[in-house]
Amino acid sequence: MMIMIIAFIIGLFYAIGTYLILRRSLVKVIFGLFFLSHAANLLIFSIGRLVKGFPAFIPLDSETLSEPFADPLPQALILTAIVISFGVQAFTIVLFKRVYQTAGTDDLDKLKSTD
Amino acid sequence: MEQIVTFPVITPLFFAILMLFLWNKISLHKYINLFASVISLIISLWLFYLVNENKIISLYVGGWYAPFGIVMVSDFLSAIMVVITAIIGFVTAMYSIGTIDPYREKYLYYPLLQFLLMGINGAFLTGDVFNLYVWFEVMLISSFVLLALGGKKAQLEGAIKYVTLNLLASSIFLAAVGLLYGLAGTLNMADLAQKIPIIKQKELVDVISILFMAAFGIKAAIFPMFFWLPASYHTPPVVVSAIFAGLLTKVGVYSLIRFFTIIFTHNVEFTHSILLVSSALTMLTGVLGAAVQNDFRKILSFHIISQIGYMIMGLSLYSPLAIAGSVFYIIHHIIVKTNLFFVSGIVKKIKGSYLLDELGGIYKTNPMISLLFFIPAFSLAGIPPLSGFWAKFIVIKSGIEKSQYLLVGVALFVGLLTLFSMTKIWNEVFWKNESNKFNNFQNNEYANSTLYKRFMMLCPIIVLALITIIIGLYSQPFFEFANNAANQLIDNSIYKNSVLGLK
Repeated sequence: MMIMIIAFIIGLFYAIGTYLILRRSLVKVIFGLFFLSHAANLLIFSIGRLVKGFPAFIPLDSETLSEPFADPLPQALILTAIVISFGVQAFTIVLFKRVYQTAGTDDLDKLKSTD
Repeated sequence: MEQIVTFPVITPLFFAILMLFLWNKISLHKYINLFASVISLIISLWLFYLVNENKIISLYVGGWYAPFGIVMVSDFLSAIMVVITAIIGFVTAMYSIGTIDPYREKYLYYPLLQFLLMGINGAFLTGDVFNLYVWFEVMLISSFVLLALGGKKAQLEGAIKYVTLNLLASSIFLAAVGLLYGLAGTLNMADLAQKIPIIKQKELVDVISILFMAAFGIKAAIFPMFFWLPASYHTPPVVVSAIFAGLLTKVGVYSLIRFFTIIFTHNVEFTHSILLVSSALTMLTGVLGAAVQNDFRKILSFHIISQIGYMIMGLSLYSPLAIAGSVFYIIHHIIVKTNLFFVSGIVKKIKGSYLLDELGGIYKTNPMISLLFFIPAFSLAGIPPLSGFWAKFIVIKSGIEKSQYLLVGVALFVGLLTLFSMTKIWNEVFWKNESNKFNNFQNNEYANSTLYKRFMMLCPIIVLALITIIIGLYSQPFFEFANNAANQLIDNSIYKNSVLGLK
């Protein structure tokens, strides 16, 4: 059940992100990028198996991990990915703000003098 | 001895931090940067020498053995790429001294350059897929800032396209990494090379390989995902354009070569056929796009795309000779393309413009610079005995061996059109008399600058032109390097055994 909900949320995030980056407004493009990176993060998160109360510790009386356990590696991966996307998104917001100030428009169709 | 693999990453980091500490001594930055690039060059040559002796060097970072920890691996391909990066880093350091304005220096241009080189070297040397993602991001964020630094309107507009599409590529890359881990349970490249062939769900591997192809394809600017490149590469200062043109897209090509030779060879007919079609269209669209442009740097930008097509063509043919051709092409292309951008910078200093209509008569006033343009331009077009001829020759020969005659035809046709484009630049910029309309440009910055600055601008161009000629006349050793790299990629047992510690 849980995995279905997560799957739909990820799909929804990808849909929203794709829709938003195709819009002409700069702000919507930023939000589109955010949604896409969050979708990717959630995707990795769900790959480490969604189980509650089963950390990846080997019990004292055994030699190996007992199933089910949550894989800690994807969690480490998204932690890194979140930090990176946080930094990059901060930069993107500032860049887009500067573009708005310099060009005086937030319409991407008007920002094509370099094409 | 294995620790040498980390040095090409640590050296730029160390000097970048050193420059950040000397925040209020901006005038020192350029010399620290030059010194750092010399050190990087020495280290990379040393690494290359060691790889030549030992075939492959791998280091388990932090003592965590593969496939559990992160490995850094230097095989022939990585070593070659690191050496070229160091050469470009060195010439860029010199050219920057001649051209970068105090404003950009003040806003930390030189530390950013070193961070960029750190990201590029990291991407070449890592043996772990997620780690590759992290190095890509290090490289991207530095390149974003370098592109936007200065805040001109054109720069910012170019930066929007560059940033948006590269972030999109990064999120596709990240999703692909996650799915790959879910499927194979490992992210170590050597371990993946072992696990991918025994995975039962071939269709899922196909999907993931296409996701990686899209992610790296955007970064490498292959058809149909190249539109950000000609929209952004001509906007920053010419030295930034040059290092981007030389190195950044080639990191994407390197990743494609790495992934589609060592890891994803489960279904060559499918993946490599897509690459094959894409490479032909990349070559064609790039060169046709260049034919209609009127801006010096835009023509060169479109030619990056068409040249990327040749590299992908070598990869898609997937034979030892073809991969060797790809690697050789990368070596040749990085040197030549950087050089052409450097020349365009000097032309801009002399005439104050990049537009072909407004230029002309450089041959009359500066014959030396005209000659220095002539060498890389005709190397790019593939005129013997310059380096481009051998690069094209190897790729096309392997195409004939594989009976891909249509692709070979396209490659030859594109070579002809490249020559046409280069002749166009030659005619318009160097040969024709200046039109009277634009004749009144008096502010010749090049002639007015000091001898020292002019030396710093000319020396990189001469060095790169000499390398082009050397590769052309003594191509055998360079081909040997490329061939060794290709053999290691096709027969990945050496890579697997070395990284995973199997004997």
